[in-house]
Amino acid sequence: MSLKRDKLREPISNTALLLTITICAFVVMYVLAIFIWGRGFRNPQQFLDIFNNNAYLIIISCGLTIVMITSGIDISVGGTVALITMACVVFMEDYGGSVAGSIVLALSIGITMGLIQGFLVAFLDIQPFIVTLAGMFFTKGMTTIVSKAPRTATNELFLAMKNFRIVIPGIGTYGKTGNFIPARIEPGVLITFAIVLAVWALLKWTRFGRNLYAVGGNSESAMMLGINVRRTKFFAYILSGLFAGIGGYVYLLHTGAGNAANATQAEIQAIASSIIGGTLLTGGVGSVIGTLFGVMSLKTISNIVIASGLREPYWQSITTGLMLCFFILLQSVILTLRKKKRQMFMETDTVKIAS
Amino acid sequence: MIKGSGVQKALKKISQSQMAIPLFALLLIIIFNLFRDIGFFSITVKTNNFGNTVLSGNLISILNGASELAILAIGMTLVTSATKGQDISVGAAAAIAGSVFVKVLRANTITIPIILLALLTACLVAILFGLFNGILVARFDIQPMIASLILFTAGRPIAYWINGGATPNVDSPLLNYMGSFIPGIPIPSPILIVVLFIILVTLALRFTNLGLYIQAVGINERAARINGINPVLMKLLVFIILGVCVAIAGSINVCRIGLINHETILLDIEMDAILAVAIGGNALSGGKFKLAGSVVGAYIIQALTITLYAMKVSSTAVKSYKAVVIIAIVVIGSPVVQKWALQLRDRWFKRPVTAVETH
Repeated sequence: MSLKRDKLREPISNTALLLTITICAFVVMYVLAIFIWGRGFRNPQQFLDIFNNNAYLIIISCGLTIVMITSGIDISVGGTVALITMACVVFMEDYGGSVAGSIVLALSIGITMGLIQGFLVAFLDIQPFIVTLAGMFFTKGMTTIVSKAPRTATNELFLAMKNFRIVIPGIGTYGKTGNFIPARIEPGVLITFAIVLAVWALLKWTRFGRNLYAVGGNSESAMMLGINVRRTKFFAYILSGLFAGIGGYVYLLHTGAGNAANATQAEIQAIASSIIGGTLLTGGVGSVIGTLFGVMSLKTISNIVIASGLREPYWQSITTGLMLCFFILLQSVILTLRKKKRQMFMETDTVKIAS
Repeated sequence: MIKGSGVQKALKKISQSQMAIPLFALLLIIIFNLFRDIGFFSITVKTNNFGNTVLSGNLISILNGASELAILAIGMTLVTSATKGQDISVGAAAAIAGSVFVKVLRANTITIPIILLALLTACLVAILFGLFNGILVARFDIQPMIASLILFTAGRPIAYWINGGATPNVDSPLLNYMGSFIPGIPIPSPILIVVLFIILVTLALRFTNLGLYIQAVGINERAARINGINPVLMKLLVFIILGVCVAIAGSINVCRIGLINHETILLDIEMDAILAVAIGGNALSGGKFKLAGSVVGAYIIQALTITLYAMKVSSTAVKSYKAVVIIAIVVIGSPVVQKWALQLRDRWFKRPVTAVETH
């Protein structure tokens, strides 16, 4: 009997299985790209540029993963990023604000959005999609109210921060004249990795992190276990807002301009990254490392499309759609197969008991 | 307790029905406009560029402008009910349907049969894309929002590819019959199309078991299957219906503007359509639905937009104000808030008689 029970237990959890698939898919994709299109993909700088250009996307995707694990969704993050870039630039330019002030402003905008949305979702039981959709409308509208025209930051300290690069010793390429060009990363990338690690530790080792999975998996049984479901959801949205705040500032550090068109469709890309990374919208399953690889896969496929000569912009969207389709179907098939296997074991078990 | 009179009963019935919140919201917008500017409601008879006598005014433009949204909201309600999720690709699918519509029109000289043919082709293409979503949802058990995310990303690029990267225009007085006015009838024809469509759908739901089956699948799929309803078929069916809605909405929009721009046609309409469903008091988690609620929801959204335009709010900032009003509506409609309000009322206005009764 005990032998059967052991077989019942999965050797690997759904979260870990989906994560493994994502990482394998990314590695296979990148290795293939190196062999087929060579040159650019062997350049370490091009690899690091994935992080340089998409640091903000990885950060907001982390927040989205947390919310999606609780079976919620937050589509306001793109709008929040746009609002923060605009508000910070206007604050520094028109009101003579300091850099420290603008950082505080960015974080407080993000946390305020998280607080309001979290309250509405967790304590008033309003559907998260509607709340965060309104949040998206609000932030996008507010961005144009703050300033209609795009603005550029000219604060000296800020520009120094923006142009600061961290040189990675030993890694780099040789330029056309044979000189060695070391690879560089932006400061935002360090923040990104710190956040990814922090969220990974949070989800893995803290009580709050485990509560998130419990609430998303089955909120009723979570409640019966004595978990405060409402508070857990509330904090999930606050974290998402906080990460949107940090992401907004990192975006500003990358471009240095406030623009209402900033981060358009970032929320959709973040959701897509989370899905590719193995987070299920139904909740209870997901990992932040997967999300990181989700963003990297999404951007690598764009690079591959460009490298293969399909320069028309619509090819990128079509391949992104195809890749999403592939991952979604793969996940669905795997999960269904596992469920069936589990049910089969259960049935044979009950038959044994009955006889 | 004295039994309430007929009027009181009717009032109670309305306040407890699902339609209470949307109707209340619509009433609030109307009252707000009454106080703001009574001229908002004026309807004038004008002669337009084609020499037709037509009605014009804010009310007409609300009814006219919400046509596409109302049609899509109907399809979205059915999808929400059966699949417990929403299709976010309607805007992208409408771009594809519109492109096909224009492509057929431009390949032929425009006559009424050709317009019908174009509409039919657009419907077929939209149904095919709807089936793609439907198969993912029904056969592979993928959440509708994720399944339609694929077409949401790839839809407008496909429309771009159909159009060959251009924004082709179609010009014919016959198309104005569908997009603006039919000579001799002063009401904009999109309104007539919506009315016709609503009548058709209502008849279909009333005289067949369609509505019942859809709700049964949404409320409890297992129970529906045991009772002989095929949930897969029902889910595919709602996506087919949504496909038809998408094709009609896309075609109306093309006729209205006279060209197809894959980037901007019905942009963000999926968000508004989902909003219309929610404001109409339908649960986004599926199950029971009320089409009238969603249609009223669509008109609320348009009324709000037109009101804000009339108040000289810039078109980009409108979204912000809209968001605040939407949140206000859903907060009032939230069961938690209603429970609090009832508790508050009981505490303040509790009569001793009722107190004795409850003990």
